Order: sequence, then C-alpha cells, then structure tokens
Amino acid sequence: MSRLLTVENVSSGYGLTPVLRGVSMHVDTGEVVAVVGANGVGKSTLLRTITGLVHPTGGDITFDGVHITGLPAHRIVSHGLAMVPEGGRLFTFMTVMENLELGAFNPTSREDTQQSLHEVMELFPILRERRAQRAGSLSGGERQMCAIARALMSRPRMLMLDEPSLGLSPVMLEKVFDLIRMVVASRDVTVLLIEQNVADALEMANRAYVIEHGVIAKTGPGAEMLHDPDIQRAYMGL
Amino acid sequence: MDILNILVVGLLLGGIYGLVSIGLNLIFGVIRIVNFAHGELVMLGMYGAYLAYATLGLDPYIAVLLVVPALFVVGIIVHRLVLQPLHAESNMQIFATFGLLIILQNAVLAITRGEGFSVPSKVAGFTFGVGDIRVTVSRLVIFLALTATAIALHLFLKRTLIGKSIRAVTQDRQAARLMGINVERTFTITFGIGSALAGLAGVLLSPIYTLSPGIGGNFILAAFAVVVLGGLGSVAGAYFGGMIVGLVEAFAGFYIDPELKQAIWFLIFLVVLIVRPTGLFGQVGAEEVGFREQN
Repeated sequence: MSRLLTVENVSSGYGLTPVLRGVSMHVDTGEVVAVVGANGVGKSTLLRTITGLVHPTGGDITFDGVHITGLPAHRIVSHGLAMVPEGGRLFTFMTVMENLELGAFNPTSREDTQQSLHEVMELFPILRERRAQRAGSLSGGERQMCAIARALMSRPRMLMLDEPSLGLSPVMLEKVFDLIRMVVASRDVTVLLIEQNVADALEMANRAYVIEHGVIAKTGPGAEMLHDPDIQRAYMGL
Repeated sequence: MDILNILVVGLLLGGIYGLVSIGLNLIFGVIRIVNFAHGELVMLGMYGAYLAYATLGLDPYIAVLLVVPALFVVGIIVHRLVLQPLHAESNMQIFATFGLLIILQNAVLAITRGEGFSVPSKVAGFTFGVGDIRVTVSRLVIFLALTATAIALHLFLKRTLIGKSIRAVTQDRQAARLMGINVERTFTITFGIGSALAGLAGVLLSPIYTLSPGIGGNFILAAFAVVVLGGLGSVAGAYFGGMIVGLVEAFAGFYIDPELKQAIWFLIFLVVLIVRPTGLFGQVGAEEVGFREQN
C-alpha cells in the first residue's frame, strides 16, 4: 500500500484560537481511516484544514506526493480530494441534478460529467428518480446520499466525510454507513471519516485516530480500538 | 389621460427602474454587497455614451457596444482593487461602495466642471402612437432591453455551468469552494456583469436625461425599492418589481400627487419588508443564506 495522504505536525485554527496543535497522521491508498473524538476537539478543523477551507498555521500536508499545504480549497479538489461536509451542505434551492453537475465543476473532472452522472445514479438509483427535485425537498437519508454522490462526481481518489451520521435516526445512520461501505466496495476510493459516533466508525475503519484537545491521543487498527477499555469507557459509555 | 395611457407610461417607467435594478440585484444576491455606487455606475454609462458621441460621433444605440464592455472592465477593476481586499469585513465593503459613490461623482464633476451634457440620438426622440397613446422610442427601447436582458440573464443563471456556479456561490460559499469553484473569481465576474448592466442602463437613459454627476441618485432609491419588492437576487423580481414600482408611481402621480413619488417608493419598501421580507419573487429563506459564513 502506498501513502496517499500525509499530515505532518499540522497546527491550525480560527483567528487567534489554535484548534489543532501539531497533528500528524496518514492515510494509505485503499484504507478506510476514522478520526474519532468528542465534540469540539478539532476533528472537523482537521478535515477543513486538509481541504483548504482553513489554512494551517504550521506543518505540512502532502497528498499523493504533492504539497497541498495552503492551497485554496477550489484548487485542492482537482488533486482528487473530495469532502462531504457536515450535514451534506447541498445547494438546497437547486435540483439534485444541478447539485451533481456542480460536483464535477473542477476542470479535471468536468469533461467526464456525463460518465460520472451515469455512475453515481447506478450507485444511488433513487437520485435518478429525484433528479428534477429541489435538493432541499429530499429526506435526511437522501440528502446524505446526494451529498456523497456529489462528492463522487469529482472522481476523487480520497473521499472525506465529516460526521455523516450527524442528525440521523439510528435506522438512517445504519443505512448511511452501509452506503459508505458500498461506495468503498464499488469504487476505487480511499476514505477518511470523521465521527462522533465512535462505535460505528471504529467498526468500519481499518485504522483509527483518537483526537483529544487538538492532538492525536491514540491510534491503531479499528477492531483493536473497538475493544480498548479506555476508548470504550471514554466514548462508548461502556 | 385615460387609464390605458397611464398604464403604458407606468410600464415604460418600470422598464427604467427594472433596468437600473437588475445589476444591483444580481450583485446583492450573489456577493451580498449593497452597492451604493450602483447609481454612479449608471452615471458612468451615461457619460460613456456622451464620450462616444463627442469623440466618435456615435449614436448611443451604437455606443452600447463599447460602453457595456467598458463598464464590465470597470466593475472587474473596482471589485479587485476596492472590494476584494475587504472581503473579510462585509460592513467595510458597504462603506467602500459609499466612498466610491463620492469619488466617482466628484471625479466626473471635476472633469466636466459641472457642465450639463446631453446626448443626441437620431432615433431616440421619435414618437409614435396608437390612438391616444404616445410612446417614445427611447423608452420603448429601454423596456425591450430590460425584457431581453432579464430573459438572457435568467437563462444564463439556469442553463450554463458558470451560471449554476454563480447560484451555488449565492447559496453556500464553502460548499461551492469544495466543488472547485473559485468563489473570489465568481464574485469579481458577477460584479463585472452587474456593472455592465448598470452601463447598459446608463447608455439607454442618456438620450432622455441631461447628464449631471449626481444623476445616479435619481434612480437608485427606486432601484432599492425594486430590489426589496421583487426579492433579493431574483431576476424575475427585478423585472416585475420594476414594473410594479413604475405602475404605482404612474397611477399615484396621476391620481394623488407626482411630488409624492419618493414617499410612495418607501411605503412600498416598508410594506414589503413587513409583510414578505423575501420579496415577491425571492426564495423563502434566501435572505439568510450567505450570512451563514463569510469565509
């Protein structure tokens, strides 16, 4: 397996408030990696820093051998990194179809829009039915599906998901995790997942990182961490 | 003067308000900047028409082809040099447009020494009529130009990928960035288009009015009423909002008092803000998006 994403000693934050304080982690090609932790410890900031929505104050980020540190977000997508933001952040006043088309906006994936549309609609047939509907009228699960499909439209090599389970019912949550498994199985795509829902995330992940107060507190294979008594006590209420 | 006549006068007046508003509405809808200098961009369009007449002897209806692209460039420059550096402070951007208003007015005043120019056109003053109703070519052209512009802009925003990316930026800037959309460049282009539309309004208005540096103020109050009435960021809103304001002004001017026209604009303004803050054609909830994050 080759190294796809390397985050080295990255510090980041908003204004004068540091959130990440020297985070190092990596993701190899084909892995599903989960970053877990409580609310407000910097999980989302980590993803937002990797995608360029927040600029790091220190450290280095390399994706597939290219330094992407400090590049603007709209340039980073073209390197094959797509993010499904928290809550999906669909363009709610636009149709499902328009959302998907915009997913392929970056110059490297634009030419393949028709091919990608065909693929994501094969993957999520419900989106074909809903394509003329406003994205804002979709149900919670359909929105998450549409958001994942929109991210896949950029033909990414790595898909990053920010709290995909947030605000979903337990049944829906299970479905969304199944969806992610399906995407991983059917597409040649590496996944980096941020979750508060520690148990489900660890179950799915090859490897995981626990983040606490802006630093990596623990790391290891998902299955192993699932049975770590400290993690069970701290995050799963066991 | 019968009702039909007032109706026509109102619609043609509405054409003027609509054309002045449509660029203002686009800029506000997408970039969320209240562009106080919009009337001055209209004024620049008028002086551009005069310049084309004085130097090249062009009729304003031909000068359109030069002035509209020129104002597009002016808009790009203004956004790059004045507004973009202030992108983190949206309130400062509003003040900056006000500063721009003062600078543009005074620059034109200094250059022209306050002399009032008029721009002659061979066709603009021509009047024709059906029955009792008289229509001036200049006003009819404005009405038709507004209609064509509104349709073209609507199709541009709905059908083209660039148009869709502009709408995406309107709704969620961060999600747009994640799609690979260059938000800053989208803002610059949008400001350019808005300025070009102001220029179009200016050129087409130039045969009707005597030019003065402060003339933008004549239209801008009505334009703000139109934007609020029609709905922020809505093309249809600028079009029909312009018509409604024009009609109300024409009828009120005839039946009540022409002097009250500004009071009537603001009455409309207030009633709409109270009854339907999103405007007649605005997307419900749209007034909140874009304020969610300003990164």
